[in-house]
Amino acid sequence: MKNRWSFKITPVRVVLMGLGALGLALMAYRLAFGLGSSTNLSDQWPWGMWIGFDVLTGVALAGGGYSTCLLVQVLGIKKFTPIARSAMLTSLIGYLLVMGGLFMDIGRWFNFWRPFVSWGYHSVLFEVFWCVSLYTTIQLLEFGEIATEKVMKPWHGLVKKVLPVLFIIGIVLPTLHQSSLGSLYVIEVGKLYPLWWSMLLPVFFLMSSFFVGPAMVTVESALAGRAHGHRPDYSVLQSLIKVSGYLMLVYLGLKIYDLYSRGVMDLVFRGNLEGNMFLLEMAAGVIIPLIICFTPGWRSTRAGVLSFSVLVVAGVIINRMNVVFTGMSGYMGGSYFPSWIEWGVSLGLLAIGVLGYLFVVENFNILPHGNKAEESINAPSGERGYRLSPSGKAY
Amino acid sequence: MVPKGVLVDITKCVGCGSCTVACKLWNNLKYDGTPADGKDAALGAESWTAVKWVEAPKDGETVWRFVKNQCLHCHQPACASACFSKAIKKTADGPVVYDEKLCVGCRYCMLACPFNIPKYEWDKSFPRVRKCQMCAGRIAKGETPACVGVCPAGALTFGEYNELAGLAAERIQKGGYINHIYGEKEAGGASWLYISDVPFKDLGFRTDVTTRPLPEYSESILKLTPAVGLGWGAVLTGIYVYNRRRNEIAREEGEKNKK
Repeated sequence: MKNRWSFKITPVRVVLMGLGALGLALMAYRLAFGLGSSTNLSDQWPWGMWIGFDVLTGVALAGGGYSTCLLVQVLGIKKFTPIARSAMLTSLIGYLLVMGGLFMDIGRWFNFWRPFVSWGYHSVLFEVFWCVSLYTTIQLLEFGEIATEKVMKPWHGLVKKVLPVLFIIGIVLPTLHQSSLGSLYVIEVGKLYPLWWSMLLPVFFLMSSFFVGPAMVTVESALAGRAHGHRPDYSVLQSLIKVSGYLMLVYLGLKIYDLYSRGVMDLVFRGNLEGNMFLLEMAAGVIIPLIICFTPGWRSTRAGVLSFSVLVVAGVIINRMNVVFTGMSGYMGGSYFPSWIEWGVSLGLLAIGVLGYLFVVENFNILPHGNKAEESINAPSGERGYRLSPSGKAY
Repeated sequence: MVPKGVLVDITKCVGCGSCTVACKLWNNLKYDGTPADGKDAALGAESWTAVKWVEAPKDGETVWRFVKNQCLHCHQPACASACFSKAIKKTADGPVVYDEKLCVGCRYCMLACPFNIPKYEWDKSFPRVRKCQMCAGRIAKGETPACVGVCPAGALTFGEYNELAGLAAERIQKGGYINHIYGEKEAGGASWLYISDVPFKDLGFRTDVTTRPLPEYSESILKLTPAVGLGWGAVLTGIYVYNRRRNEIAREEGEKNKK
């Protein structure tokens, strides 16, 4: 009975498989026939949904991996241990999807390896490219710890030995590229609307990718909990989002200082598209969550934790969209709306990611079950696999 | 080689469009329907230069002016600094050239350019970035760019960059021009310079371009990378080792107490 593999087929998963298959077919079409015939990109809008959402937003939302790693593995905050593995897995899958999205977006994809040998080190994108590639590799190796509990077991000891090194590199690299994604837009000086353009863009991107981490972990735990009939531990999540809260206070303060010092504060309340989108981003994504977070009676409730998290995630998505689209539209002119193929590929990638997550969770020891999580490393493998909840419910 | 440049004198251009034809012929560009000369003239993947007819106010009346547009070949090009595979380079002669062999197709150059010059072959399976190469091959042989060679109105002057800047200043001093050499300071300076008798803003030029070279913005941040990476790595390692040692001690003491 050792090394059983299971993957329960449910109606939701069939739909996801359909979306994934459609996505793969559309990706093949795009690779064969080019960007013009599959996307609504143009000379006016050279970057669209795949860069704006799949890559820029995707990397930010995958920030839960390195932030949790920092809290649990380096700072040694033990109470967050139960969520460490699922945060890491989401991050890994997120980065694999980002790589997929990026590969779809580059026009001369057969040349994707060029920056490894032709070093355009003066480009921010060069740093992003190297860091994201290396970090994805590091995460795959980190996952090796979980994988070797079930397959290729003789390697387990070795992987455990190098883990500390992986953890530290695996925090340094995201710190660099999360901020670099913001630096990408520093060269848009005079083009990107002043509410967003700032020399502090890298700091803002880094901070938001960090504080969205716990929120993403919460949203994901709630969803995974529902799908697997397992109840996430809200006391852990509650103290986790407090970490976000403190960082968001600093973020808000820095934003206000930045707007004030650049003398663009008045742009916030102009009532134009940019001003209103900025207000939405800050109010829904930062200020309201902060109120929830620091009102004691609210954060301790399940609804409070969930609303905080959903709002913060939405806020970061709106922020990235504002930088890529709202903030650039005044200069770029014209209009852009993703084609159905762009949607299809993005949804397909997402569906594949969700299926991958479900598969791994079902076959490896990711989610905590009772107090098993801590000792399971030394237990025989047959007992370690994912077990369905007592009700046997699985979506 | 001494860096070369081109001075465009807008007061002399008659809008004939010869330069756009010469450009297409020399660079083997197709006629794809995008007008290269006229009111709707625009740059495109197959139109590396375009002459736009603009109605501009001057001394209380409306006058026609003809604005030749193409890559300005910045001294410190944002596009080249944005390229992460070195597919775009500034040559010693002046031209900013593109090498399709190295291009990954990320299009960051298009976003980085402060003048919106690079265009893309959207309809191709493996598109290239397209823009004026300043006829780098001709310049290397000591010839003028194709467009300059055919201009019948004397609107385009090719020469050593330093001399052109002097020539532009000389003409402005003689009168009949506004006191602005476009391209001298914009984006930190470019190999192509413009002089005009009506304000550049009225001709559709982007006049809010920063005078600081754009690559400096990114470089001022990128240069921090090694320090941030190593410093942060060292801090994390320190904390990690400290926490592990502390746990070990706690465990040893726990065992002692048990005994």
